[in-house]
Amino acid sequence: MTGGPTLRRVLVGIGILVGVWLVVPTLVVVPISFSGEDSFAFPPSSWGLEHYATFFTESSWLTSLLVSLQIALIVTVVATLLGTAAALALDRTSFRGRGALDGLFMAPLIIPGIVVAVALYAAFLGWGLIGTPLGFVVAHTVLALPFVVVNVAAALQNVDPVLGRAAAGLGASGWATFRQVTLPIIRPGVLAGALFAFVTSFDEVVVSLFVQSPQLQTLPVRMFTSVTNEVDPTIAAASTVVLVVSTALLGLVALTRRKSTP
Amino acid sequence: MTDRAGATIRAEALTKRFPGASAPAVDAVDLHVAAGEFMTLLGPSGSGKTTTLNMIAGFEEVTSGRILLDDDDIARLPAHRRNLGMVFQSYALFPHMTAAQNVAFPLRQRKVGKAETARRVAEALELVHLGGHGDRLPSQLSGGQQQRVALARAVVFSPRALLLDEPLGALDKKLRESLQLEISRLHSELGITFVFVTHDQEEALALSDRIAVFRDGRIEQVGTPTELYETPASRFVATFLGDSNVFTGTVHGGLLDTGSAQLHCDGPDGPGCLVVRPERLRIGAAPADGANRLSATVSDVVYQGAFRRILVRFDDGSTGLVRDAGDAATTTRGDRVEVSWPAAAGVLVPETAAERVGAGVGSGSGVGVGAGVGVGA
Ligand SMILES: Nc1ncnc2c1ncn2[C@@H]1O[C@H](COP(=O)(O)OP(=O)(O)O)[C@@H](O)[C@H]1O
Ligand SMILES: [Mg+2]
Repeated sequence: MTGGPTLRRVLVGIGILVGVWLVVPTLVVVPISFSGEDSFAFPPSSWGLEHYATFFTESSWLTSLLVSLQIALIVTVVATLLGTAAALALDRTSFRGRGALDGLFMAPLIIPGIVVAVALYAAFLGWGLIGTPLGFVVAHTVLALPFVVVNVAAALQNVDPVLGRAAAGLGASGWATFRQVTLPIIRPGVLAGALFAFVTSFDEVVVSLFVQSPQLQTLPVRMFTSVTNEVDPTIAAASTVVLVVSTALLGLVALTRRKSTP
Repeated sequence: MTDRAGATIRAEALTKRFPGASAPAVDAVDLHVAAGEFMTLLGPSGSGKTTTLNMIAGFEEVTSGRILLDDDDIARLPAHRRNLGMVFQSYALFPHMTAAQNVAFPLRQRKVGKAETARRVAEALELVHLGGHGDRLPSQLSGGQQQRVALARAVVFSPRALLLDEPLGALDKKLRESLQLEISRLHSELGITFVFVTHDQEEALALSDRIAVFRDGRIEQVGTPTELYETPASRFVATFLGDSNVFTGTVHGGLLDTGSAQLHCDGPDGPGCLVVRPERLRIGAAPADGANRLSATVSDVVYQGAFRRILVRFDDGSTGLVRDAGDAATTTRGDRVEVSWPAAAGVLVPETAAERVGAGVGSGSGVGVGAGVGVGA
């Protein structure tokens, strides 16, 4: 590295500060979720699991958690299938306008979330998708697709094109080649894309607020209505659940990355 | 292994034109590979060898022409149904499979039973001396070992022909030589047809039953290594295979007039090139009757153990190469010498070599390369 030991120490110090700044607000919510009181007081003066008990028993919370899990699972499957197919198609072809198509797939990452939300809302109103599970799945899939495409496309960079020829020469059809050669090699990328897709859907809030109805709410939507309408510390328990699920899944991505690049 | 026969492969007017390219990459190539033959496609980079092989393998669509495997036209069959073995320069092993799984891959596609697969995989790995390495991943094998696995994988399903595209190109010299022997042995043990692509003329000479010399998408000459070396049909073949001294001029009554000398040769009147191999030239030796003699100055002597390479400058300014096995042991740089050769040591080829030399080699050129060189056996 460049710079003397002093500069290095300063940089490390700044790094630690930024890290703490990023993480601490999030971690405040964890102690509150274990608070024994019915308030947001920090630090809590007593401890208990009441908030979790409420979260996992009161039907409005529990239902929204199950809705979120179901939608995230369906989105994961749909986005992974479509995104993998798209990445394969982009990988095998080169034509004019190819770059523009690449850009199109990345659009949901670049276009402000609120704009995507309004656009989907306008479209869904006409199609009658507002407040339906299908509406959530379609909306979240739009947001999740780029993550799958990016991860699978990166994995496909590791597949030597000559392997396809070798497999064909040895008697494998196109499908057999995909199943037995391509897929096993890109599996870590597909897995990472799938996990990203799940997390994208599971903690999505902006677009979901537009798609939701009082009868069908995902967990983040339920949390949002909770903070705007009531003072209910159960939200701290909900936040901790979302935090744990998302962190665990993204940690899994990091693990698969490490394993696939020895 | 078994005594099954190889297949004949016949390319007829095989042509490949890549979209946007001005000239065809392969231009009406006629090639007849006999059953069990070791045929090498030799030529400089970009001459169309790989494209020809890829069309036979089914990796590249044919623009026009036919490819006959025995009597079946396979030109429009998808690659995975052609049943030909293929070996690539880059090994192309599946990185997530062990050596044994790689070798089992073609059998798996053919739904061969478990026990039968295990037996044949073991046999194929044994054939390439990798008996104990079946459970290794490609990344745990050396380049030479990986290419052996690729060879085993390409022959385990008993194809009747094996196509090899510069299989030794990625290996260092020592390994290349040992694998050459291996490939040669494999060819004679399996008895199947080999079509082998290389740009290395020494490799081609060492391995092949016959060689097809490619140039600019066409076949310049087909023949045994000896035929190509002793009686090249063109200046291109003469200089691509081994070293040559080439004298250009006009032939009149058995004499080539280079402008500064008259050289005895055997061929029809008209413009021509006289090709003489370096080992046929003598320095200072008493010339036999009818010998050609030129005076020259020695410009360099390179000692190579068994022989010496002597570079000379003839009096008209052109340079020559003599491979001397000991007669001129005392010759050193700057010496004035006489270089001589018997008239029969030279081969006269048409001056403009590039044109029309494909199938009907020798016809019209008057060079004695007719016998056995052309297509069709
Ligand atoms: N996929 C391709 N698209 C366009 N041109 C190609 C392609 N593959 C090969 N060529 C061209 O065809 C010619 C022959 O190439 P190739 O068969 O690979 O030669 P070799 O194997 O003898 O080196 C070259 O001029 C090369 O540039
Ligand atoms: Mg090539």
